[in-house]
Amino acid sequence: MSLLSLESARPRSRPADRPAARPGRLRVPWRAASPLALLVLWQLASSTGVLAERLLPAPAAIASTAAELFESGVLTDAIGVSLQRAVIGFAVGAAAGIGLAVLAALSRFGEHAVDPPMQMLRALPLFGLIPLFILWFGIGETPKIALVAFGVAFPLYLNTFAGIRGVDRKLAEVGQVLRLGRAGLIRHIVLPGALPQVLVGLRQSLGVAWLALIVAEQINASQGLGFMINDAREFLRTDVVVLGLLVYAALGLITDGIVRLVERRALTWRGGLLGA
Amino acid sequence: MARRTAGSVTEAPAVRVGSLTKRFGERTVLDGLDLRIERGEFVALLGRSGSGKSTLLRALAGLDRDVDGTLDIDGTVAVAFQEPRLVPWRRVRANVALGLDVPDPRAAARDALAEVGLTERGDAWPLSLSGGEAQRASLARALVREPGLLLLDEPFSALDALTRITMHRLVLDLWERHRPAVLLVTHDVDEALLLADRVLVLDEGRIVHETRVTEPRPRHRDHRELSRLRSVLLAELGVTPEGTT
Repeated sequence: MSLLSLESARPRSRPADRPAARPGRLRVPWRAASPLALLVLWQLASSTGVLAERLLPAPAAIASTAAELFESGVLTDAIGVSLQRAVIGFAVGAAAGIGLAVLAALSRFGEHAVDPPMQMLRALPLFGLIPLFILWFGIGETPKIALVAFGVAFPLYLNTFAGIRGVDRKLAEVGQVLRLGRAGLIRHIVLPGALPQVLVGLRQSLGVAWLALIVAEQINASQGLGFMINDAREFLRTDVVVLGLLVYAALGLITDGIVRLVERRALTWRGGLLGA
Repeated sequence: MARRTAGSVTEAPAVRVGSLTKRFGERTVLDGLDLRIERGEFVALLGRSGSGKSTLLRALAGLDRDVDGTLDIDGTVAVAFQEPRLVPWRRVRANVALGLDVPDPRAAARDALAEVGLTERGDAWPLSLSGGEAQRASLARALVREPGLLLLDEPFSALDALTRITMHRLVLDLWERHRPAVLLVTHDVDEALLLADRVLVLDEGRIVHETRVTEPRPRHRDHRELSRLRSVLLAELGVTPEGTT
């Protein structure tokens, strides 16, 4: 609590200096404080009966359910199945989105051939496609993977295209003067120059990927996290439903964290002094 | 200090430009321009904005191929731009080695950085360099290619006055060691007089004036002959002296 009083005692004392003076040390506990407080409040409300078990079970109850399902293998199996759908769908969508964007951005012909249909398809509502995908691909794994792939492709396509087209023309001239050739220009100037924007697209598309997966798994599934949640609903197991949601959230956070890690590694040059 | 040799004049020149013409729609930017630069000669090109300086430079650099006339350049062309244009996602040494076609590009880059006094900054990211350091890295990247023609596009104009003086010395030093032909495009009459063997004035797409500077280097801007040439050049550029000489 001494930190709190220190903070409030000098609210305007050069705030910019503080993180630099103590990097990281102050921030982490502070950011963790409010979620922890909420968790405690939640547990208290459940324990005292203010919050009905049927509406929202206590954190402790959810934790024990998690342990139970983990031990029986139900949870790990469900995560495995969902993760597999997400990874395959993401890989297919990312390859298509980035590949088509490179094609469209690097040549006029490619742009005319690829961009108009992509812009048209982009206008289609992602979840409106579900009935069509079920008609086309049945109710197995394919429609779910296809939905994820479709959702992933567009943010990556748009951002990669914009990233490549946004590469500084002056740097392209440097490549010309240094006689890099077309392949060298793409390798040394164009693709690295587009990377920051591609990474933005990557984060956007990961968000879409999880969303598409969750929706697809809700519609019909005989395994996976969505199935686990739906099945639990039938038996009024709110704790399992909440657990499923928490797992989705955790998976989303983990993948976002991975991209941020990649970002930090790939974009060290932006940090300037840090990389020197 | 007089290092110019008569022999070089008889060889094929570094640059021979004949009737170079460039039009943007109705506007003629280069109007049948003729230019000859001897091997190892240091030429400064002065001109007001819009006189066609950058267009000429872009044509010589091969960045604009949509020009009429003849363009003969002996050896490779290297450019140091006004902004250093280092590739920000390649470390300084990799920038110097970029596209370098020699057996050991890294070693060549290291030597080139040593020459411009940037040995310790080879592993730095370009964005962490100061303006002067970045411009020196840019010079190293140009010179490591042992160019027959070095194009300098106002490379010192964004630097502070003190850094600019250091850079002038560095450029002369590097030029005397490597002896490329140099075309320095600049707004700065003093800079042209301090560095060049020959100063050209470009106006409306033609070279309208030419001055030889025979003063031995290093030159001082207060030297009487340079002062006289300065007045002449300023008059050519349309700047009239105000009262004092």
